[in-house]
Amino acid sequence: MTDPRAEIISAYAATAAMPDDTGHFPTDDALFGGRFMPEALMAVLKELTEAYEVSKTDPAFHQEFADLLLHYANRPSLLTEARNLSARAGARILLKREDLNHTGSHKINNVLGQALLAKRMGKTRVIAETGAGQHGVATATAAALLGLDCVVYMGAEDTRRQALNVARMRMLGAEVVPVAIGSQTLKDAINEALRDWVASADTTYYALGTAAGPHPFPAMVRDFARIIGVEARRQCLEATGALPDAVCACVGGGSNAIGVFHAFVPDESVRLYGFEAGGSGVATGLHAASITGGSVGVLHGTRTYLLQDQYGQTQESHSISAGLDYPAVGPEHAYLHATGRGIYEPVDDAEAMAAFRTLCETEGIIPAIESAHALAGALRIAPQLAAELGREPVIVVNLSGRGDKDMHTAAGYFGFEGGEQ
Amino acid sequence: MNRLQDVLKAARAENRAVLIGYLPAGFPSVDGSIDAMRAMVEGGCDVIEVGLPYSDPAMDGPVIQAAADQALARGVSTPEVIRAAGAVADTGAASLIMSYWNPIEHYGVDRFASDLAAVGGSGVITPDLIPEEAGPWIEASDKHDIGRVFLVAPSSTPERIALTAAACTGFVYAGAVMGVTGARDQVGHAARSLVERTRAATDQPVCVGLGVSTGDQAAEIAAYADGVIVGSAFVRRLLDNRDPRKGVDAVRELAAELAEGVRRGSGQR
Ligand SMILES: Cc1ncc(COP(=O)(O)O)c(C=O)c1O
Repeated sequence: MTDPRAEIISAYAATAAMPDDTGHFPTDDALFGGRFMPEALMAVLKELTEAYEVSKTDPAFHQEFADLLLHYANRPSLLTEARNLSARAGARILLKREDLNHTGSHKINNVLGQALLAKRMGKTRVIAETGAGQHGVATATAAALLGLDCVVYMGAEDTRRQALNVARMRMLGAEVVPVAIGSQTLKDAINEALRDWVASADTTYYALGTAAGPHPFPAMVRDFARIIGVEARRQCLEATGALPDAVCACVGGGSNAIGVFHAFVPDESVRLYGFEAGGSGVATGLHAASITGGSVGVLHGTRTYLLQDQYGQTQESHSISAGLDYPAVGPEHAYLHATGRGIYEPVDDAEAMAAFRTLCETEGIIPAIESAHALAGALRIAPQLAAELGREPVIVVNLSGRGDKDMHTAAGYFGFEGGEQ
Repeated sequence: MNRLQDVLKAARAENRAVLIGYLPAGFPSVDGSIDAMRAMVEGGCDVIEVGLPYSDPAMDGPVIQAAADQALARGVSTPEVIRAAGAVADTGAASLIMSYWNPIEHYGVDRFASDLAAVGGSGVITPDLIPEEAGPWIEASDKHDIGRVFLVAPSSTPERIALTAAACTGFVYAGAVMGVTGARDQVGHAARSLVERTRAATDQPVCVGLGVSTGDQAAEIAAYADGVIVGSAFVRRLLDNRDPRKGVDAVRELAAELAEGVRRGSGQR
């Protein structure tokens, strides 16, 4: 029997070859990652890097983090065999149930880790950006638990489509600040959080919600989320006697995807599929598929793929899913793409919503619309893999969150009463 | 030696600080911004920072954000920003571009330095680029004789100040406060001690910006720094005056007030 506590600790404490000492992910195409941030933030980024590095080997930190994940966040999360869906898909589909975590998504893993670091660094206030509101809710939750003041920046457009999560954050005692500039979505919320941080870094911890941003965030957020893949790998071996043929995740900034992928990276037989938000279709220009439809550049402190015009101005992203509506992606996904280890494909709004409904009706599980992108991708690749392998493939899908927050959008999309028109 | 270095050296010989004014190109229009920047030179600015409007100005406060947004909405492009920098250089003032990193990287680092040099520009300020990430920029700016300006901050350690100053070839930009751009009532003690700490590490000129908006503040800083940098206060004048001619006049008046302050403060050294 695996000891879940030991599993959490070893998942976090594991060392990785990437990024290198300077926070970069070097490839032949580009030097991804890095720290493209004002000098004013270098001191706090250094302070954070040191706290993170110490925490990786500190037994006291390990115990605290494991306690929270085990007894507060509800880890380990299940790996559910989706029998009805599998029969339809022609593949054996195993769902990694991050939707069952406290607060309803994978975001809680990262946030609990970062909130513990904030306490260790002596910070009294935590700020965050949020798109779908799941990271904001998780941050507000951790702040309530650990006695930190909390301010969450959220695009004004997103406060509307994720109104339930705004109410949750406020219930939890956080201040929610709608950001009404630029595209009024996640990227603008990050800009506003950075503006706050540069003036408040003495007392304030910035809990970035995804595996993007300047070093050390991509590595640190990955490490806090790494338990997802470590558990899924063991659970798949237990359930099927073998590793999966593919692991699927949706990719916004990339935290749930890198969290579930990372433990599988050395397993060469396991295909890693990241599904980006295709919005109305990549060809229409209205999408959030940074890898498939973007190019190399620098945004929010890191070199990666992003949506930009011919002069390097960021282009607005579009997706039915607020959590994927971000015009860039974490640098480790850029690295996995450029090195060929990861496969990234777009899933458009319509495909995602069809998969959303299918999961509800076949398995009695309402997924987050973000996670529905991963499901739709799995349904797409299942017949391809079956043909290639000559047998029924085994696919792990990271169900990164639950869909309660999306009921308004889904009801509107499917034309139910009470939905958004 | 390029124009920026000449201007700084001449001011040092006169034992006075320089006045550096910022405006985003393309606000309210490309030609309108050129008129306003010419007025800044007429009012007494020695150096002009031509801002390259960017979609994600995470280090700017609401005033510069608003101007950049309007400039982008009208479709200002990198070549037009370089054209504006050329028009400023034609006045005889030192003409710099201030830009977040991605537009420069995307334009092509060498091409950017080369095109700017071709129109007479003499420096670039890169607020979100640290020397450790600047390898290709250092090479290109050296090749085309474009002055490099990196920033130091009140939070910078002595090691980082030394490293940053060593990478500058124009001046060192000392951010007076921890925070984004925008006028502030007081510039405060942090600026003075940062200048002292920077001087301990370098002979390069050290100029102070962030929050400066009045002649008195300029005087206070000119007493100890090599330059006074003013941005949001100029933008504010243009935002507040819908009539472009009045806006340009207001900008000229502010430049004159600041230039007087700089001379007054320099006299108290
Ligand atoms: C349920 C869920 N999945 C996925 C995401 C996308 O983020 P990431 O790509 O960092 O996992 C979000 C973001 O809000 C989310 O709420």
